Amino acid sequence: MLELLLHLFLLLGLSPLLPGVIGKTKALFAGRTGPPFLQSYYDIWKLFGKGLVISRTTTWVFRAGPVVGLAVPVLAALLVPFGAISAPLSFTGDLIFFVYLFGLARFFTASAAMDTGSSFEGMGAAREVTFSCLAEPTVFFSFIVLARLSGSLALDTMFGPALYTAWQSAGPSLILVVACLFVVVLVENCRIPFDDPNTHLELTMIHEVMVLDHSGPDFGMILYGAAMKLFVLGALVVRLVFPGSTGNLLLDTLLFAGGMLLLAVVIGLVESTMARLRLLRVPQLLVGTMLLSFFSLILLLR
Amino acid sequence: MIAAILLLPFCGGLAAFCIPSDRFRPLLLPVCGLAHLVLTFFVIQGGQTAPLPMAGNWIVVDSFSRLILLIVSLLFCGCSFYAVGYLRYRIVWGNRIFVSCLLIFLAAMSLAAVARHLGLLWVAVEATTVASAPLIYYNRNRLSIEATWKYLILCSVGIALAMLGILFVAYAALAGGAQVSLQFDDILRGAANYSTPWLRAGFVFLLVGFGTKAGFAPLHTWKPDAYGEAPGVVGALLAGGLTSVAFLALLRTLQIMEAAGDGAMAREAFLAMGLVSLGFAAVFVIRQPDFKRLLAYSSVEHMGILAIGVAIGGVATFGAMLHLLNNALTKGVLFLAAGNIHRRFASKRVGEVQGAITLVPVSASLFLLGFLAITGSPPFAPFISEFTILRGIFTGGHYLTGGLFLFFLAVIFIGMGSTVLSVVFGTPPERKGDTNYRETIMTTGTPLVLLLIILILGIYLPEPVWSLVAEAAALLEVKP
Amino acid sequence: MDNYNPANMLLLLVILFNFFLLGSSRLNACIRTVAIQGGILSLLPLFLHGFSGHSLILAGGAFLLKGIAIPFLLLRAIRQVHIRREMEPLLGYVPTLLLGTLATAGAFIFSDRLPLIEIHRGSLFIPVGLATLATGFLMLITRRKAITQALGYLIFENGVFIFGMLLAEAMPLMVEAGVLLDLLVAVFVMGIVMHQINREFSTMNTDQLSSLRE
Repeated sequence: MLELLLHLFLLLGLSPLLPGVIGKTKALFAGRTGPPFLQSYYDIWKLFGKGLVISRTTTWVFRAGPVVGLAVPVLAALLVPFGAISAPLSFTGDLIFFVYLFGLARFFTASAAMDTGSSFEGMGAAREVTFSCLAEPTVFFSFIVLARLSGSLALDTMFGPALYTAWQSAGPSLILVVACLFVVVLVENCRIPFDDPNTHLELTMIHEVMVLDHSGPDFGMILYGAAMKLFVLGALVVRLVFPGSTGNLLLDTLLFAGGMLLLAVVIGLVESTMARLRLLRVPQLLVGTMLLSFFSLILLLR
Repeated sequence: MIAAILLLPFCGGLAAFCIPSDRFRPLLLPVCGLAHLVLTFFVIQGGQTAPLPMAGNWIVVDSFSRLILLIVSLLFCGCSFYAVGYLRYRIVWGNRIFVSCLLIFLAAMSLAAVARHLGLLWVAVEATTVASAPLIYYNRNRLSIEATWKYLILCSVGIALAMLGILFVAYAALAGGAQVSLQFDDILRGAANYSTPWLRAGFVFLLVGFGTKAGFAPLHTWKPDAYGEAPGVVGALLAGGLTSVAFLALLRTLQIMEAAGDGAMAREAFLAMGLVSLGFAAVFVIRQPDFKRLLAYSSVEHMGILAIGVAIGGVATFGAMLHLLNNALTKGVLFLAAGNIHRRFASKRVGEVQGAITLVPVSASLFLLGFLAITGSPPFAPFISEFTILRGIFTGGHYLTGGLFLFFLAVIFIGMGSTVLSVVFGTPPERKGDTNYRETIMTTGTPLVLLLIILILGIYLPEPVWSLVAEAAALLEVKP
Repeated sequence: MDNYNPANMLLLLVILFNFFLLGSSRLNACIRTVAIQGGILSLLPLFLHGFSGHSLILAGGAFLLKGIAIPFLLLRAIRQVHIRREMEPLLGYVPTLLLGTLATAGAFIFSDRLPLIEIHRGSLFIPVGLATLATGFLMLITRRKAITQALGYLIFENGVFIFGMLLAEAMPLMVEAGVLLDLLVAVFVMGIVMHQINREFSTMNTDQLSSLRE
């Protein structure tokens, strides 16, 4: 019960802080002051108070997209341990459920985008779905590595206490898995080097263009959902990097929160130092990451 | 004495690099060539000389070394005289790199002949690759660049594979619990204990690696390009000297396998490669429009013959050793004569080169007689060596091999013959411009002398030569 | 498996570099990566055989040649001809990467079945050596520009070097020195030939080198 509440509190309360931290880091690098840390909260609050403008060519799919995008990360978060706080929901094989929950969300977002009938959004949908397709094997290979190390197919156990001993016995494999999952975080959340969240040219957008037509509360839900997705996927990476547990629940929560903020800083760093890749090179990089995760599996198996 | 053989051409190469005059630099070649030949004769007479004191027993002259040194030295001496005439014709291009690389090439080949440590052998063979690449490029046109690049990459990769083979052989010693050393005598002593799978893997890599250098099919793809585009002198040295050195490396490999008791498998591999080489040569020699590429395929053919001879064993080994000598000298004749014809006609293709006998009579007749020699017609020496190999094949009962051997040789004779005859005879085509090349004593003297040697060897094999070849053959037959 | 052994870490880095080389088209980055790879490999004898005089000289010499001299020659070669990028290789970058990964996986699986001596069993040297050989070979046969073919040759030699390290007793110093020197001169000559290729053909694409055929 306590875990459920903590999960929901951390997810709903902390996740909009991440885009704020990322923005602040990028601003620092650029020598600006940048928007305040709590900017995302203000944005979401503002958007929920605005009116809705819906195109006449759309159907219920258009309204369903943001809703699913909001619901899925909440559900997915319940499957994943946040730091040393174990997951409220756990069953064997829930890693497949986890991956395909996000697939569901992506499906609805893409459908909502194409529902508007605009060609820009269809283009963005095609790109986004391709990149996610290429990133999926990476996720699966990484999960297989963890499953082998922990001997179980439930995310809770995979990322649970077994992780600490796994680092001693299979360090190199886990380093590669961390790198691969970090790349997946960047791809799935449309960060540089795969997508520029600050671009205003439609031809270069991937995710932004899909949500171009949403407004008001729908857009607020999309922002919130995106922040939560970043939080959940980031939680995997943070758990991998900080596998221990102190035993004290409060300390664990604080450590986890600190880890997530550190992850946001790192993402900000990556965004500030790299440029966006040419669209042709992104599939190559994603295939390379998949092969890297496959290689980490090989290292484990020998 | 051995040190002098190695240091003389090396210092000559460095000196050639420093001499500023293009006119006098080529004269260094015959000087070094003659000196090298004299030293070689002394070394051969000297019997089993003591190993070089400072190199431990890394440099030892055994029977193989003596045979190869004789071949290389003789060929180089002849080619050096030819080169003086050739470079005089090409004085406009400058010859600093050419002369220095030629001498360093000789040094590297001599080192490979006397190396008694597999690592040293490797270094020497790689050095020959690197030293000969600039020589192929001497003609400075697109085709020779292409040939040089292919030669450099293919041979370097091949040699790298040979290095892998050497390491596997060392690992075989490690895995078998024997002393790990790449010194040849140590290997021969301990080979019986070597781990068989590693040794066999090492053998395969060594065969592929040094086989690329020797030009066995199907690793021969660089040969037609390199021999075709290189100047005649370089072609002669590559076909006569370098292939012999590479074959020496392969013979060392065979010695190791024999000492390990696995000689049967090795000989089968040699036989297979030999037959494949003969086959490839036969196919590509038919209707070959470029007469220098034709000579490259002839080289592939003769490497095949050598491999078959060594694989059969017994008297065929003697034939193979003799054939090393004969092949080298005859290739010298062919390449030098072909070079002259090429220069006279400024072309290598059959359509444009006809009636050479009227324009360059000496070279054309040398080319024709060389062709007859290399395809095994009496009374030339290659007939004797090929016949000996054939005798060994049939007395050993390998009728299928013998049949294939004869068949391929016949096909090659016909194929080469059609090209050679159309080059030598016929009416010369209308010349668009006359090249100012005229035959001189320098450019025709050497092939003439080499051909005379072949003729004499074919009629009467002098006792010293006979015993030299027999000792070399005996090295392969001795089972410790 | 003793994972955090520095030799093993370095060997894993070598494999990651292999992947990078197979997938990258930026020539400068490729040359520098081969240089770093060579530098890493030259340090390995120190970890394997301790800080004896033999391994110090070997490591120092190898580092100087593989890490500094040879890349310098190659960088100079491409600077003279002003090329920056490789063209799409014969197979395409993604299939080449896939082949490279398959070869690496195969190397790991195969090396477990080899009859190794006890101390070498389970170590990463043999699989990494085999994988590097395969990478070098792939680069040699699938790339079009002469400079990347030369890089493929260097990677191939790196793979052979890894094997050589297991057998330090067999490879005395003189031979190692000879090998490295040969490599240096070979790359030097290759650089010159590349320059000539560019002068003649105005490109380093070896597709153009296809006039000599039957």
